[in-house]
Amino acid sequence: MNFLVKIAAIALAATFAVNGASAKTLRMGTEGKYPPFNFVNDNGQVDGFERELGDELCKRAGYTCTWVTNDWDSIIPNLVSGNYDTIMAGMSITPERQKVIDFTQEYFPPDPSSYVALAGTKPDLKKGVIAAQTSTIQANYVASSGARLVEFASADETIAAVKSGEADAVLADTGYLNDIVKASNGELAFVGDKVYIGGGIGMGVRKSDSEIRDKMNAAIESMKKDGSLSKLIAKWFNGRKVTW
Amino acid sequence: MSACAQVFSDYALRSIGMGERLLPKADISLCDQFVLIGSGLIWNIYFAVLAVFFGFFLATAVALARSSNRRLLQWPARAFIFVIRGSPLFIQFFIAYETFVLIPKLGFDINLGFTEITVETRWLTKAWLGALIVLFLNTSAYTAQIFHGALMSVPRGDIEAADAIGMTGFRKFRRIVFPAMLRLAWPSYTNEAIFLFHATTLVFFSSFPAWRQKGDALYYASYFADKTFDPFIPYPIIAGYFVIFTLLVTLLFSRVGKRLNRHIPKERRQ
Amino acid sequence: MFEYCTDPSSLDSLQWWSCYLTTNKQIMFYQSFGTVLALLLATAPVILLFGFGGALARRSRFLPLRLFGLGYTSMVRGIPDIIFFMFALIALDQGIEYVRHIVLCPDWTEPVRQGNDFVVCAAAKMPPNNAPQWVHEVYGFFLALVGYSVVYGAFAANTLFGAFQAVPHAQLETAAAFGMSKRKAFWRILLPQMWVYALPGLSNLWMILVKATPLLFLLGVKDIVYWANELGGAKTARFTYPHGDWRLGYFLVLLAFYLILTWVSERGFERLNRYVSRGHASRGGST
Repeated sequence: MNFLVKIAAIALAATFAVNGASAKTLRMGTEGKYPPFNFVNDNGQVDGFERELGDELCKRAGYTCTWVTNDWDSIIPNLVSGNYDTIMAGMSITPERQKVIDFTQEYFPPDPSSYVALAGTKPDLKKGVIAAQTSTIQANYVASSGARLVEFASADETIAAVKSGEADAVLADTGYLNDIVKASNGELAFVGDKVYIGGGIGMGVRKSDSEIRDKMNAAIESMKKDGSLSKLIAKWFNGRKVTW
Repeated sequence: MSACAQVFSDYALRSIGMGERLLPKADISLCDQFVLIGSGLIWNIYFAVLAVFFGFFLATAVALARSSNRRLLQWPARAFIFVIRGSPLFIQFFIAYETFVLIPKLGFDINLGFTEITVETRWLTKAWLGALIVLFLNTSAYTAQIFHGALMSVPRGDIEAADAIGMTGFRKFRRIVFPAMLRLAWPSYTNEAIFLFHATTLVFFSSFPAWRQKGDALYYASYFADKTFDPFIPYPIIAGYFVIFTLLVTLLFSRVGKRLNRHIPKERRQ
Repeated sequence: MFEYCTDPSSLDSLQWWSCYLTTNKQIMFYQSFGTVLALLLATAPVILLFGFGGALARRSRFLPLRLFGLGYTSMVRGIPDIIFFMFALIALDQGIEYVRHIVLCPDWTEPVRQGNDFVVCAAAKMPPNNAPQWVHEVYGFFLALVGYSVVYGAFAANTLFGAFQAVPHAQLETAAAFGMSKRKAFWRILLPQMWVYALPGLSNLWMILVKATPLLFLLGVKDIVYWANELGGAKTARFTYPHGDWRLGYFLVLLAFYLILTWVSERGFERLNRYVSRGHASRGGST
């Protein structure tokens, strides 16, 4: 019954809704599968570094924000078609993406990518089987190196592939892998050198939404200046020190 | 035009790992999309053809077991048909992959007499074998149910006529029952083949990962949708390919259907 | 849920499970079963409606309508449902917003397509940006409903068209001999008899529909597959209830759910078939 009421309500909303205070509400898109950047907690809410940061940025920029999750591989198409207004999903600023969407300034410094493999193994990172999440900078990198790329839809599955022996190693953001390696109780370990690809992480917005971009830029700037951003990073990334 | 010919020679066989290794990244042309998505179609056809081919034999066996009076044969067949037909293919893919991953990675040497090949359980977690097995089992169950229905409605007169001229056992089955079953099942079987061909697109969403960017048609379509951020070109292209191939499948099956029906008077054909 | 759940790491296994299985996230998982059932029940009538529309269009004596009916039914036979879902829904969503944009903001001068961006005025947004999240979810559900109805409506149209054809022609001739008008013969003779022939196809379609519900996640609806993936994935100590990769377990639950659902449906259709075949001079008829 409740559901029917909702249907009726939406039909009403559809017919009569003319612009209320709509400019004030931002819908924040994220993936919800990349702890500690963003994840869905046991209460079913979006949680993580980006949630806390985003809420603070919204407060400073004068927006009311709601959070929505979307699969990684369609996260940009759904932004440009207007399903939400921003992306905060640990997304590195790259020239490829900048052709399609705009980014604010970075709120997280360039994070080198690392390889993780089963502890005690010495995988051949140049020629072996390397797992990466589809349409990430890491997947691009592995495809252009000589290694054999095996792609998965979520970061979670790339780790599962290494554990099961499906892939020799996984390439992903160090910030993400730190947690994973720690939680594995010695089963997984970092291997090889860090790889420097991609810029810092910024908030993605539509090219036509310069107002949101500018306001968010100012908000990020103010959080960098008063040290609250560094504090947030330290809180979510094991005391990691970042100075701006 | 010559640029497109170049693209064709680079990428036409990309899905099976031949040609240019790196996928186009910038300045993606329509030609790139047509060629690569078409290349991915090789996999869809591979899955569909092999699953339907092998499925035909298993389905016949299961249908016979299902129609048998012996419980020991009937019940396993019933259970197999029920579990596969009662659950979504998507869930079957997932459970199969997770199960295959758990199997220890072993290699078996099989001596074929003239040559020795190594069979590895590791292959099960790859789409070319693992997903094929799932599709094969899936279509077998559906086809078995169709064949079972057809077996039940084989005209009594046909069987009595066979008995009258003293046919028994396998000979009766091969000469009388099997052709009649096939003829009666053919329209539904055509539908099942088309369904299975369409179901091969689900391989992309199954947990079986893509290796070295060798994927099916949907893999490349979503690659382009991701790179160009425009879903309105690659997906209609893949839709077009499927319409053409569905038409071909329909034509092929209707020719076979005509042959199966050739002894039946026109007004009684189905 | 329970009071002792405040510190799960200190609990013994029974209590741990009772807490784990009653977290908000788990409850959302349970609720998503309702979403799937709601979608099934809500789409079924709409699919029948689309099916009738398509079947009647194909039987129409008006050529363009007949061609439309034929085109609609054969389109869906040719295109896999997944492919259709991949772009049709974005197109539908943008189409609705575009129409509203033209109606609600006539003096908007900027183009709707700016590069890759699809930009409509704030009033045309569907649903409006400031609407609460459940409105967005219900709207997404509504889009999914339309998507499923269009695709499976074409299957229903095929079935119903075949069923109309299957009613023996002599019946209609008899009706005409009794002086019934075409319309009256349709309602009194054709429609009631057609069901007997349509039911096997329609029950088959229902089964297809049931087994197509895992594709809901493609349409952005948070269905049982989404939650099973989300809950089953390995959880680090960052979460209140850390655990390994439990996706296999969650998917086995989904498997059981679907097996029960199809089993119950089969029983239901058997009864329905007995009902519509009563008084029918065929194998299934009891008189």
